[in-house]
Amino acid sequence: MIAGRTGRRLPHTLLWAYAIAVFAFLIVPLVVVIPVSFSAGMYLQFPPPGFSLHWYRDYFGDPQWIDATVLSVEIALCVVVLAVTVGSLAALAIVRMPFPGIGLIRILLMTPLIVPSVVVAVAVYSVYVSFHLIGSFLGIVLAHTILALPFTIVLMVAGFQRIDRRLEEASYTMGASVAWTFRHITLPILRPSLFASAIFAFIASWDEIIMVIFIGGGAGTTLPLRMFNYLRTEINPTIAAVSTLLLIVAIAVFAGTEGFRLRGAARRSVKGSDA
Amino acid sequence: MPNEARLGSGRWMRLLPFLFLAPGLALVLLLFLYPLLRLVAQSVLDPTPGFDNYVAVVTDPTLWQIIETTLIISAQCTIVTLLLAYPVSYLLSRLPRARANLLMMFVLLPFWTSLLVRMYAWMVLLGRHGIINEALLGMGLSATPYPLLYNRFAVVVGMSHFLLPFMILSLYSTMIGIDHSLIEAASSMGSSFRQTFMRIYLPLSLPGIYAGSLLVFILGMGFYITPALLGSPQETTISVYIQQQIEELNWGEGTAMAVILVGIVVALFAVYDRLLGFDRLFRSVGAQ
Repeated sequence: MIAGRTGRRLPHTLLWAYAIAVFAFLIVPLVVVIPVSFSAGMYLQFPPPGFSLHWYRDYFGDPQWIDATVLSVEIALCVVVLAVTVGSLAALAIVRMPFPGIGLIRILLMTPLIVPSVVVAVAVYSVYVSFHLIGSFLGIVLAHTILALPFTIVLMVAGFQRIDRRLEEASYTMGASVAWTFRHITLPILRPSLFASAIFAFIASWDEIIMVIFIGGGAGTTLPLRMFNYLRTEINPTIAAVSTLLLIVAIAVFAGTEGFRLRGAARRSVKGSDA
Repeated sequence: MPNEARLGSGRWMRLLPFLFLAPGLALVLLLFLYPLLRLVAQSVLDPTPGFDNYVAVVTDPTLWQIIETTLIISAQCTIVTLLLAYPVSYLLSRLPRARANLLMMFVLLPFWTSLLVRMYAWMVLLGRHGIINEALLGMGLSATPYPLLYNRFAVVVGMSHFLLPFMILSLYSTMIGIDHSLIEAASSMGSSFRQTFMRIYLPLSLPGIYAGSLLVFILGMGFYITPALLGSPQETTISVYIQQQIEELNWGEGTAMAVILVGIVVALFAVYDRLLGFDRLFRSVGAQ
């Protein structure tokens, strides 16, 4: 019996050690940029020769970096508005008004997720050449919306499916209007899904490079494209400063979504205990 | 009665779903499906009508090499992520839910981090004067820096880092549903660890292995950024090749290769649908 227990303990410890090593593999490449960004050295060095904010000054002092960042934020915000609106409408139709053939339409709307992005980019590029959309703000927003749409549709379909229709029916029975019911019943239930869709749409655009390489033209240098070009030619710690700032944004967004999810879960469990 | 008044009836009602679907369908048809069909057309029409471009791809050994390289890199990433993920997913599936969710943060955080940040990080880690080489030199474990960057190793490591969360989540979602009393029953009846694993746990976890492996392999086929930044010309994948051809305005062979890539990916997705159903894929996206 005792032998059995120690026999079980050892694999258990090994399992944890293995898991911790894998988690380290996942996380170390994310955080390693932080010390490099505060380095005083000109070259990539580890450990850094001294502390300096030199590379942050480089980033904030260079209008090209700032312009690229502002452009990326503007594009991503437009994509969020478009993809969440269009995706919610499509999801509403898919969940509430099914008709024969809707399954096929649903798969069609998901295909941009399946086809490799280089192929989508080449295809969009060839059409944009004839529409004169190369290098235009609108062109990039539309292209990114195509990539974000599958995410918003999936998330909003899940959101609409979660709604207990009886709540809305009850509201109507008691004389509430469609608008009132939507505003006070449907929307609050949908809020977590809308939030998640917005985040996914933002990231789909914010992190996208391949489309922009093809259709960005001269005017469309987004932050990821500028980083990509930088990494191909010269590597200096300015990019570590940019990476650290991006990492902080990522962690903030992540903490936001986790907080949202945990709050939602807490609220649900409270409701569950009431019932 | 209020119901009908509210929603209207007749023809309008039947048009409503199409009205809601119209913006999404218009976007996908105009900016995705139509361009894709044009691409297929271009691959057989440019520069002259016929299948010359495909013949060129099939008969040119360097182009075969590129397809082969892409398939092998994808397979290598699938094996690496499967080996890394399997024990971790098992552990996560056996932990109390609250603790598993906490550890899941390590798996999900990379999803939210820019790909370029990770590319830069791998350059910092694997470079000639990178952190790993400096550490090895410093500890006297090697006299000269190892070539860790701009080769196959770097590409597989960088891609596996990106793909690992997909594998962990695919395995986890299957493993969480495995009834553990079966395993306990087997071991209480004298089955060894090896027997229990091979005869019971492994077969039960197979759907997760199929789902994760197919997903990782499919995603791996389309990689462009990682091989372009971390690899050498020997790691020219199909995506990198396509981009190069289009840049050189060599539309014919570029589009032919694109059609071949889509063909491979769609075929693999058809296998995924047959084995596991598309709903599983949609759910895994929604669950995040």
